[in-house]
Amino acid sequence: MKLPSLVAACALLALPLSACSLTESNDDDPKAGGPISVASSDDACKVSTRKAESGTLTFRVKNTGSKVTEFYLYGEDGLRIVGEVENVGPGLTRDLVLTAQPGTYVTACKPGMVGKGIRAAFTVSDSGKDTAVTGVDQATIDTALGQYASYVKDQAGQLVTATREFVTAYKAGDDDRARTLFPAARFHWEAIETVAESFGDLDPRTDLREADLEPGQRWTGWHRIEKDLWPPASGYRGLSTRDRATYADDLMANVTTLHTRVQTLTYTVDQVSNGSKGLLDEVATGKITGEEDIWSHTDLWDFQANVVGAKVAYETLKPLLDVKDKALSTTIGARFTALQALLDRYKKGDGFVFYDTVDEAGRKQLSDAVSALAEPLSKMTGALTL
Amino acid sequence: MTVSRRQVLGAGAAGLAAGAAAVGGFELAQAASASDPAPDPALAYDFHGEHQAGIVTPAQDRLHFAAFDVTTSSRDELVALLRAWTSAAAAMTAGRPVGAGTVGSYDSPPADTGEALGLPASGLTLTFGFGPSLFTRFGLSSRKPAALEPLPHFPADNLDPARSDGDLCVQACANDPQVAVHAIRNLARIGFGTVAMRWNQLGFGRTSSTSTSQATPRNLMGFKDGTANLRAEDTADIARFVWVGPEDDPKAEWLAGGSYLVARRINIAIEPWDRTSLREQENLIGRERAHGAPLSGGTEFTELDLDMKGSTGPIIPMNAHVRLAHPTQNDGTRMLRRGYNFTDGTDTLGRLDAGLFFLAYVRDPGRHYVPMQNKLSAHDGLMEYLQHTGSGLWAVPPGVRRGEYVGQALFA
Repeated sequence: MKLPSLVAACALLALPLSACSLTESNDDDPKAGGPISVASSDDACKVSTRKAESGTLTFRVKNTGSKVTEFYLYGEDGLRIVGEVENVGPGLTRDLVLTAQPGTYVTACKPGMVGKGIRAAFTVSDSGKDTAVTGVDQATIDTALGQYASYVKDQAGQLVTATREFVTAYKAGDDDRARTLFPAARFHWEAIETVAESFGDLDPRTDLREADLEPGQRWTGWHRIEKDLWPPASGYRGLSTRDRATYADDLMANVTTLHTRVQTLTYTVDQVSNGSKGLLDEVATGKITGEEDIWSHTDLWDFQANVVGAKVAYETLKPLLDVKDKALSTTIGARFTALQALLDRYKKGDGFVFYDTVDEAGRKQLSDAVSALAEPLSKMTGALTL
Repeated sequence: MTVSRRQVLGAGAAGLAAGAAAVGGFELAQAASASDPAPDPALAYDFHGEHQAGIVTPAQDRLHFAAFDVTTSSRDELVALLRAWTSAAAAMTAGRPVGAGTVGSYDSPPADTGEALGLPASGLTLTFGFGPSLFTRFGLSSRKPAALEPLPHFPADNLDPARSDGDLCVQACANDPQVAVHAIRNLARIGFGTVAMRWNQLGFGRTSSTSTSQATPRNLMGFKDGTANLRAEDTADIARFVWVGPEDDPKAEWLAGGSYLVARRINIAIEPWDRTSLREQENLIGRERAHGAPLSGGTEFTELDLDMKGSTGPIIPMNAHVRLAHPTQNDGTRMLRRGYNFTDGTDTLGRLDAGLFFLAYVRDPGRHYVPMQNKLSAHDGLMEYLQHTGSGLWAVPPGVRRGEYVGQALFA
């Protein structure tokens, strides 16, 4: 449909041929594909067309019924999900964007989110566009996800070991040793922080900051002990040996539970990808301001751990991203390197300098490097899932 | 950690391994172009009335808010200031200069600072309040309203004392920022020696509608804000939830017909928010972005269906902002919100220092604000992107009758 209208425009306006050719070569003309409208009612699934050309397709799904609906594009077998959009409330509209290769497909609306859905055949003819490169085989995906699961388990295991050493020193009153072990143990928590945070019961017991408390809520976990080891100059009474044991045992129990729970966790591509970006957000909202470890000023250990965790998630997905969007993958890789180079300047011995020694200019430089990385990283999920 | 838990492993993750994405690109094409016609510049609200203007008045576009500390120890001087402020406020809200345009000596500075000369009233309202700290002096302690207690610490608060509290407050709202700033500047000038400015906040872009005649504006998160706000036309609910009743507080009968003003400076982590997927943004808010319809369906003003099931749990998630703020989850409580977007440049890390300057009028803060804020601060998924950096509570006396000064009943 595109070509005749352009020809007509050229004839009408007597444009030089070269100008027409330029216009014609623009593949991004939104009218070329145009969204395919889907009206999903409680008993019908009206798709505006039964055929399209290969390339990027947009199904604009409007729920015209009274129940929550879903829309699926299945492969020819009616089993393999090519794309789906779920949770479309009555009256709402959602787009499903996907890259379709030539072939025969099945569309399905699922009003009420149950059953096989209201199905019909859908044909994608060959537009001549190269759509093959976006494919990643399932084995590659499975390998990546398995690697990430292993990483989380490994970190959780190291967390248990390091926390045990830490609480042992703390309970024994060996405060110098406890202060040295504190950031090293937390490192393994922070490396998998987005996974740990997904456990809504464990996280507040383990990692709540004093300012985050609800009225009447008991303060436990890392930061409770942190304050005891790096007490404020005045107005603070140190914990008794018995209280120390209580908080230490509680922390130990919680990280042990975390370790147990991650053994059976499995992940999806978007979870790993969003988790990577989420770790950078943790840096951007907590560590960069020095609010995370206000007593110990060991924020740079947490910072480094978040970055390492984010980088592992990215590298796990890199084989997929390199296929889907090589340029984005390259940018992300380069910006991880730049951020790490900046962090390295603050390394001291096995760890880092204390964050209260990093001046405003230095903090801003770190913040800018985090933003530079987080922005492309936030596009990774979208790139991987299209 | 941050207070709220990101739902990395929970609801909202699509089965993406097969390679497809549900996106909301359609909103660009379809977002409602809901905007009000330009306000009449000559619009003027009477400073006098049963209630102070600037509460149920249709929310103007611009704000300049100021908190003052009283520096005098003389009750007479304080009363004299309230008289002078009343007179100046009546003039400025009518579009007239301070000092009735009197021409002084060429060798004297002009009575009015001048930047609003030639500008119309622009819908200016000036609303005055008395903070808890005022009542410790001037023989006022016996008349302190019981509900005028400093707000408690809410989870994740990071309040800056230099942006919090104050003996007095003045809320200046107008459709022209210069008119609002002019008003605060002149009131501050009149007050030198009696009061000193403690802090102030500029707001651009209202984030609430207080009249059904207004379209719902958007906050800096890009979402419509205040869809479920109380509006002037809801007279029964306004009487129930905004105005202090004559029987409410025997010690503070002077406050009958007034209200309480809660101010919260809420910073938004703009940059991380902008990196959040539309899916997560909508799940955190509980509404779709394009039109503001609840995720349970319908259009902007459709009532939420909090029980509607989605593919993994309720379609409006348990930690969604609209769920936790909904009257049914808060003992039926409603409030009249009158907030503004703000930006105060960049912070030391080069990030936008921006957010929402939340203003709400309630009849009883202990019942109508504190419980809900405790719940939101602890459980609202949005808190991951929010930080409360300023706070204040003031008793807002009733309207001023002609010949009286603002708050006169308190000093009678």
